[in-house]
Amino acid sequence: MNMIQAINSALDVMMGRDPDVVVMGEDVGYFGGVFRATAGLQQKYGNHRVFDTPITECGIIGVAVGMGAYGLRPVPEIQFADYIYPALDQLVSEAARLRYRSAGEFISPMTVRSPFGGGIFGGQTHSQSPEGIFTHVSGVKTVIPSTPYDAKGLLIAAIEDNDPTIFFEPKRIYNGPFDGHYDTPAKSWAGHEQAQVPTGYYRVPLGEARVTRAGEALTVLCYGTMVHVVENTVAEMGVDAEILDLRTLVPLDIEAIERSVRKTGRCLIVHEATRTSGFGAELMAQVQERCFYHLEAPIERVTGFDTPYPHSLEWAYFPGPVRIREAINKILKD
Amino acid sequence: MSDRIDSDAGRDGAALGSGRNLPPLRLHVPEPKFRPGDTADFSDFDIPPAGAQARPDEVAQPGEMRDLAYGLVRVLDENGAAVGPWDPKLPAETLLKMLRAMALTRAFDGRMFRAQRQGKTSFYMKSTGEEAVSIGAALALASDDMCFPSYRQQGILIARGWPIIDMMNQIYSNKGDRLKGRQLPIMYSAREAGFFSISGNLTTQYPQAVGWAMASAARGDTRIAATWCGEGSTAEGDFHSACTFASVYRAPVIMNVVNNQWAISSFSGFAGAEATTFAARAIGYGIAGLRVDGNDALAVYAATRWAADRARSNAGPTLIEHFTYRVEGHSTSDDPSAYRSADEASHWPLGDPIARLKKHCIGLGIWDEERHAAMDKELAEMVRDAAREAEKNGILGHGLHHPMESMFEDVFEEMPWHLREQQQAMLDEWKAAGL
Repeated sequence: MNMIQAINSALDVMMGRDPDVVVMGEDVGYFGGVFRATAGLQQKYGNHRVFDTPITECGIIGVAVGMGAYGLRPVPEIQFADYIYPALDQLVSEAARLRYRSAGEFISPMTVRSPFGGGIFGGQTHSQSPEGIFTHVSGVKTVIPSTPYDAKGLLIAAIEDNDPTIFFEPKRIYNGPFDGHYDTPAKSWAGHEQAQVPTGYYRVPLGEARVTRAGEALTVLCYGTMVHVVENTVAEMGVDAEILDLRTLVPLDIEAIERSVRKTGRCLIVHEATRTSGFGAELMAQVQERCFYHLEAPIERVTGFDTPYPHSLEWAYFPGPVRIREAINKILKD
Repeated sequence: MSDRIDSDAGRDGAALGSGRNLPPLRLHVPEPKFRPGDTADFSDFDIPPAGAQARPDEVAQPGEMRDLAYGLVRVLDENGAAVGPWDPKLPAETLLKMLRAMALTRAFDGRMFRAQRQGKTSFYMKSTGEEAVSIGAALALASDDMCFPSYRQQGILIARGWPIIDMMNQIYSNKGDRLKGRQLPIMYSAREAGFFSISGNLTTQYPQAVGWAMASAARGDTRIAATWCGEGSTAEGDFHSACTFASVYRAPVIMNVVNNQWAISSFSGFAGAEATTFAARAIGYGIAGLRVDGNDALAVYAATRWAADRARSNAGPTLIEHFTYRVEGHSTSDDPSAYRSADEASHWPLGDPIARLKKHCIGLGIWDEERHAAMDKELAEMVRDAAREAEKNGILGHGLHHPMESMFEDVFEEMPWHLREQQQAMLDEWKAAGL
């Protein structure tokens, strides 16, 4: 399966298992979603469980909070992560706080799916990576898969989880892994070992990172599309890097990070999101606090620049192979 | 204003009209009629007589009942008699229950306001003058209908028989507070009473109520949802999204706008009241809209009952504007004499909701002044006794709160490592400091 099919399969599996699961969002019903992630679900489960909504993100999430309070398990879709901001009040002030402020009387077991990230000439409002906004909010979990296998397993785990979860789907790798070489033909997931996706139910637990490549020279912390860019760059360089796909940002798999950095003594953090106050800053702080005496070089970050996501200059902005290579060389030189 | 614009350097003079024979544009900024020092005068108020509004069938099309969004549904006339087609013809028992809940709410508000002034808690908000809005509605709903209130509907909890001592424990943030001292006073949550957790963020409960109602409908349930916001909060985007969703899916929901004329210091004109009524907004969404005398408990009851029946028969949502007056300050942190005429409340033409219902009950011969005075005394004592009991659980700042490590619970269902780590660090710091 490609990542879209894996996500579709996760929704199908969960709707079949749990009558409380409902899917809602702009264009998700009859049409099956602008990325086809919900294709066929309305036909299969009916329009009381899979339905199109008005174009109002604050309404979609607000309604999902109410449905959760009733006892349903909503899976709202925000068409692009760039359009999640109108729903921020409902997510930050309501969904994230509901269990805490009611001392557990009411909960918000929703999973907000949203395509995110760049690399598709999406310009300013179809490319953003706003995960740092959500990792800063107490009470929500933030999950980002990088493969079809993980996308399905993590989405199932998120839907089953009783806490509100932001599930960001890297749209650049919906149809195939992306190694950062934008000038070569696009690849498909066919043949990729992580594209072997069981058709039935399985979970990938939240809060656990995946070591995609074991190594000794340095640790690279990354997630989403950047996992593939890093994997490829490391292979091209012939560096013995250990690559961690974090998969869940909150709660973070701190043990896996600590274990790896203590072993390698060097750490690179890579994300598409802008640098200042991005999630990389938190990762840096954690590594510095926990692995200080094991560090042999300063921790480096390769991230998006602190600018809005540009259109024509996308490949200068994107943290691609050139920038990652430079950072790795710098870390290894120290 | 125009002088300043004309001298605004760097702007294109022609665009500002200097080269054109056009009158200058003027920005309209609403102003309330009365400010501090003014004598309030509501004599030009257009108040339709009680009983004058038609009562359409509960499943009528919104377009057939436009007048109801601009008029005022009233049942109790000047003499306290119930008149017209909206008279809910309630039995004596219900009328007295309503009267008692309203009086208890007022007694509770009085006591808790004083408790804040005595330093026993940090904050309180009264609902004086608006008791009919929450209590009339609560009694017209089924006990398992879910309410999504704002912070000024404490009357719903009281009408539903929720223990006032539990409310006080919450206000004192003491060890008896079920919300563990996490919430600002009055931000109650009482799932068992069908009372949704109150949020400080205005109008967020509106789409949530619609979502709850949609879930109930999708499930083939028979329960409906009701929600409340103030007229000031109708300006929030969530109001619009809720109305849109409610209309699109014909959600079984009642959306109440409590128009008490004031949003802290801003009069209702800043929410759009100069141009239209709040009930009339329903028309644009294709929702049934009713404008009701909010100080007339029978009118509130009747309108809510109508809307509930409408929702239960799958005829869709109703928006009800309750026209009332916020008699007291916005909160214990507010001094209304800084922005409005001091005597507005006493001149308010729709009177006091408790006095009006009392007059009605006396007129029916089921009540009298003596019994009312005795009830007020009994309720005051009841509230006093409950407050004393609650104070035994602690008052704010006196240490009888929940253990500090409980601060980290319920952020998530299970406490993740980073919260456990912070919790332990906090305890270690206090221990190291010898506390």
